Amino acid sequence: MKKIYFDYAATTPVDKQVLKIMLPYFDKIFANTSSIHSFGVKADQALEASRKKIADLLRVEARDIIFTGSATESNNLAIKGFAFANKNKGNHILVSSVEHDCVLGSARWLKTQGFEVDFIPVEKDGTVKVDFIKKSIRKETILVSVIHANNEIGTINPIKEIGEICKQNKVIFHTDAVQSFGKISIDIKQNNIDMLTASSHKMYGPKGAALLYVKKGINLTPILHGGGHERGLRSSTVNVAAIVGFAKACELSFRQMNTEAKRLIKLRDKLIQGILATIPDSHLNGNPNKRLPNNINVRFDGIEGEGLVMLLDEKGIACSTGSACSSASLSPSHVLLACGIDAGHAHGSLRISLGRWTQEEDIRYMLEVLPSVVKRLRKISPFYKKGN
Amino acid sequence: MYTKKVLDHFRKPQNFGKMDKPDGVGKVGNIVCGDVMWLYIKVEKNKNSNDIIKDIKFETFGCVAAIATSSAVTQIAKGKTLDKALTIEKSTIINSLGALPPIKIHCSVLAVDALNEAIYDYLDKSHMNIPVDLAKKHQKLQIEKEIVDDKYKDWINTEEKLHQHE
Repeated sequence: MKKIYFDYAATTPVDKQVLKIMLPYFDKIFANTSSIHSFGVKADQALEASRKKIADLLRVEARDIIFTGSATESNNLAIKGFAFANKNKGNHILVSSVEHDCVLGSARWLKTQGFEVDFIPVEKDGTVKVDFIKKSIRKETILVSVIHANNEIGTINPIKEIGEICKQNKVIFHTDAVQSFGKISIDIKQNNIDMLTASSHKMYGPKGAALLYVKKGINLTPILHGGGHERGLRSSTVNVAAIVGFAKACELSFRQMNTEAKRLIKLRDKLIQGILATIPDSHLNGNPNKRLPNNINVRFDGIEGEGLVMLLDEKGIACSTGSACSSASLSPSHVLLACGIDAGHAHGSLRISLGRWTQEEDIRYMLEVLPSVVKRLRKISPFYKKGN
Repeated sequence: MYTKKVLDHFRKPQNFGKMDKPDGVGKVGNIVCGDVMWLYIKVEKNKNSNDIIKDIKFETFGCVAAIATSSAVTQIAKGKTLDKALTIEKSTIINSLGALPPIKIHCSVLAVDALNEAIYDYLDKSHMNIPVDLAKKHQKLQIEKEIVDDKYKDWINTEEKLHQHE
């Protein structure tokens, strides 16, 4: 049976070139970067070379890159770490309503610690309302956090505009760029980004490595206290192998970014158009143009997403859904709800994310399989009787 | 995550579809929570003059477990007397499926509720005696429904809009 992976937004396989470069760091250059013997020095050199490599790609100072273990950790450090280190300056924070749960969760927790949080609403396509940010910034506001490109619906936010507003108001601007990093260009300095999160495993690097860019002069309170690694901001024995892999993954992604984006956009649009043309009562979530090159998010009236994912899985296709059914909360995707999509429709959403190994024939196969799978579930549903 | 039996029911659901002129209908669940089951029954007398479920069908909007439990409950209840059908519990369904993931237990509750509601509807329409327990369950479901409906007014309207596709 065909096996097609359409869930690159969840995680990616490690590129073989990345894996190859990592291997010596498990058994040969394995030492603790804090050790002063030659073994340790070698490991530390590899760590610093990786930091430099990524900093150069981003055109920032190497010292401003903090390595962490995950994007969740980077975002927690950015939001909670910044809030705690700067509470003498103010207690008001703005985060968008379509952030990843790790940003939303951090912000909600800060509310229990005496901070005030406003959630920035979005347009129907998931773009954050920039006017709301302008209106809501007050003298107590210390931080604005807006996701660069949404992980579910792929909508790209106007971060340049937001960065400009933050700069004018002397508010720190953090962006979670996990989904966009290495896929579309992002200029940290031109966009006035003060803090940025990126993750290795979303871009063909290994799991267990992520980064937080922190502009010089910004104070953070660490979340992990201990041996003082990463300028004291993230104590933990350094995962050198993963970080070396992360740096290599960045190099590969940045090198082929434009050609790969063009290739994926073509495949993406072919699949979107194919779905909308062949499946009645199907809709695209998000923005048709201002979206990640590899993201497709569609919904189908009258059916629920978990069944869709399971039936596709039986045909060898891996996708994901914004339906509540696999979550304990029983509430559908907060991103789709924030876009004004009602719960009934949100349950029927399907995310198809493409990647480095997606080929035209995969798109064709998906277009062969998907209509019949949707039809099958609609036959069972009480809410869809057209075409029966 | 799911047992083979759950997946078998999901892949090949038994007794699905709408029923013409059902004797009783049970509609439970809520689209906001992602699971809606509609269950239809046809009732006939057997040779001992007891009411039995002659035919049963379901329509379900919901996840894998919701579809599987709907299918399972129809299979278990078909041919049973109403008295016997009313003894079906969530554990009956879960056991017949092998197991359900803990967060999907509510689907088996929903399937039992749908069956109970369909039987209640039949007894009510035919002016027959309604067992006290069944009447109580029906009342409880009505109250729960009102609470949910009130909480999700706007979304329920959408549910109705969707249904107008018919």
